[in-house]
Parts: sequence; C-alpha cells; structure tokens
Amino acid sequence: MDIKVLGTGCANCKATIALIDQIAKAKGVGVKLEKVEELRDIMGYGVMSTPGVVINGKVVHAGGIPSRDKIEQWLAAA
Amino acid sequence: MTTLTAPLKSWPSRQPIVFLILAAAAWLALYQTLNPAAEALVAALPVNRASHLGGALQFFFYDTPKVLMLLTAVVFVMGMINSYFTPERTRALLAGRSEGAANVMAASLGIVTPFCSCSAVPLFIGFVQAGVPLGVTFSFLISAPMVNEVALTLLFGMFGWKVALLYLGLGLSVAIVAGWIIGRLKMEAYLEDWVRDMPRMSAEFEATGMTLGDRIDGGFSAVREIVGKVWPYILGGIALGALIHGYVPEDFLASFMGKEAWWSVPLAVVIGVPMYTNAAGVIPIVQALLAKGAALGTVLAFMMSVIALSLPEMIILRKVLKIRLIATFVGVVASGILLVGFVFNAVL
Repeated sequence: MDIKVLGTGCANCKATIALIDQIAKAKGVGVKLEKVEELRDIMGYGVMSTPGVVINGKVVHAGGIPSRDKIEQWLAAA
Repeated sequence: MTTLTAPLKSWPSRQPIVFLILAAAAWLALYQTLNPAAEALVAALPVNRASHLGGALQFFFYDTPKVLMLLTAVVFVMGMINSYFTPERTRALLAGRSEGAANVMAASLGIVTPFCSCSAVPLFIGFVQAGVPLGVTFSFLISAPMVNEVALTLLFGMFGWKVALLYLGLGLSVAIVAGWIIGRLKMEAYLEDWVRDMPRMSAEFEATGMTLGDRIDGGFSAVREIVGKVWPYILGGIALGALIHGYVPEDFLASFMGKEAWWSVPLAVVIGVPMYTNAAGVIPIVQALLAKGAALGTVLAFMMSVIALSLPEMIILRKVLKIRLIATFVGVVASGILLVGFVFNAVL
C-alpha cells in the first residue's frame, strides 16, 4: 500500500504521518509511507487544504489530521 | 480475503437530532450553575470574599468554566458548519464572480470555511487556478485566520458581545476593503511565474454525501483539536485577568496606551506584525491591556495585526507571491487596521 502525506511541514502534517505510521505498525500492515512537501507536487493532486493523504494514487483525505477510525478503514482495505 | 469492517459508530452519530437536543439542554443547565458554583467554591475556602484574593479567585472560578464551555459549544457548532463549507465549495461559490460583491462573499466565507495557515498556499493556488479573482482570494485570506470562531468566542466570553461584534464587523471590513483594493491594483503579474503557469481547473465539485451524524463527528473532532490545543492559553489568560482584576491599579496603562496617545495605534500595529500567536494566545494580552486603561481601538488593532499579519504566513506565501505583492498585501492590511484603530478610538 502506497501512502503519501501531502503537506508543507507544519505540525498537523507531521502528526498525520506519525499517526498513520503508528496505526500501521500496530495493525501489522505493510505501508510505504512518503512525505510530499514540494508545493508543485502537492498542487498536482488538486488538494487545497493540507494535510492531504493519497493512497495508491488517489486522494482520500484533505484538511486536518484524519481520525483514527478513518486511518484504520484505509489500512483495513489493504 | 479481507473484509472491510466499519468501526462502531458512537450513539451521537447514530441519533444526531436526539443528541443535539440533549446536549443543548445539558449545556444550558450547566451554564446556569456556574456563578453560584464559583461563589460556593470561594465560600468553602479560607479566604475573605471581599479581599483582593477573594475577588480574584471568584473571577477565576467563574470565568474559566464559562469560557471553556462557550468555546466548546461554539467550536462544536462551527465544526459542524465547517463540514458544509469546504474550500472546494467556497471556491465554486467564488469562481468567476465580479469583484465588490465577491469580496464581501469571500470575507464572509472566510469565517465559516475551515482554515489552517499551512493550507494558505495550496488554497491560494487552488483559487487562482479556478478563476477566482486575485483581490477576492485576498479577502478570503485576510478574513479566514483573523475572523475566526475562537477569537470571537473568547472576546464574547471575556469582554461582552459588543466587543465581539465590533471585532467581527471591523475584521470583515478590513478583509473586504483590503482585498478589493488589492484587486484594483491589478497585481496578477506579481504572482510567481509557476503559479500563473499552473493549469486552469474547473471549480465544479461534487458534494460528498455527509450525514448529520458525520457532521456531529466533525464537531467532536474540532473540539478535540481546537479546545484541546487552546485551553492552556485560556487558563493562563483568565488567571492573568483574575490577578489584574484583583491587584493591578486601574488606568495603569491609560497614560501611554489610552486614547490621547495617538501614536499608540501605529505602535500597536507595528508591534503586532512580527508577532504571531493563535487567536487564543493573544487574548491574555488583550485582557491585560483592556483592563488597565488601553483604548479599545488600539487593543483591537493590535489583536488584528498579530493574527492577520504573521511572519510565518508571509514566509509561506513567498513561495507563490513576489515580494512586491507581499509588501502590498502587508501594507494595505496594516493601513486598514490602523484606520480601524483610529476611527474606533475617535468615535467611542
């Protein structure tokens, strides 16, 4: 599962990555977690609020730290 | 084979209307008990109620839960409202509108659209790509961080509805007029080249189906995030207010920040520009200033300039705007705030 977190590096973006990483490890799901900080690349996904989360190329979340429930749902679909 | 199990929804999301009614009733009931409870608490302590300490404690015991409750309620409701006003919808509402009316809409939408300052740039670009005029985008960018529910609630809870309403009105005015002026200046050429080269995008969007239960979850999440982050500042602010209330002489600041000192407004704005804190962090300072004689216009000007003009945001915006446009932005907004401060001091 390829997960990219889009964000220019503010606290919310870092917290999102940490949260996804933590839940993935807890559930034992293998993910390739990547941070996308370049604005040009972020805009390429068409998101207007960061943090954004892209899974296997598709934007699944934009704006605010995603809830645990949401993250678990994404990981469960692996 | 894996199965997708939906997480168990809590009962508020499953019974949204029942929850909302019960929550409102409980909140109101609790609110009524705050003052009596504060008095009872002070009475139970070995302190003379009429002393400085007694007064300060009662202030603290009453104001802290009062402000926290107000904030929780407002943030929750705004969290729900925010779920209706995503940036995508705001953009669709603004794209292609003529300026003037659009500036007013943009400033107003800035209040209800969720906004985090690190999203300022993606949002800016997204608006530009969909054909929202530059000035209109600026009206939004000025109002969104500045006129937010945390600032308004804290002002209301700690200084009364008039101050809150004033801040709302003045904040919107600065956002509308400053954005409109920047639009008139036709500075599209001062966007960074790569921004202007970005492909045009359609402003159309599909509203994702959200149930009322989902919006309630949004409300809870907003409360956890915002109140969770901001409560230490509130406690600090009220404690400071309580101390001032009890111990610092009145009019202590009137001599150099009162209405007669005309230079206090520009000074306040200049000091405010490089400072940045969130709306809750500046409230303790506002509290201290107001309680001891600083003129209301000066204080509101200071608060606006701290929140609306922040060095971190300028640094982030530098990625998409050339220096001249950033300077113009800061200049126009600072002037607007100055004007607001002066007019207000003169009128009151």
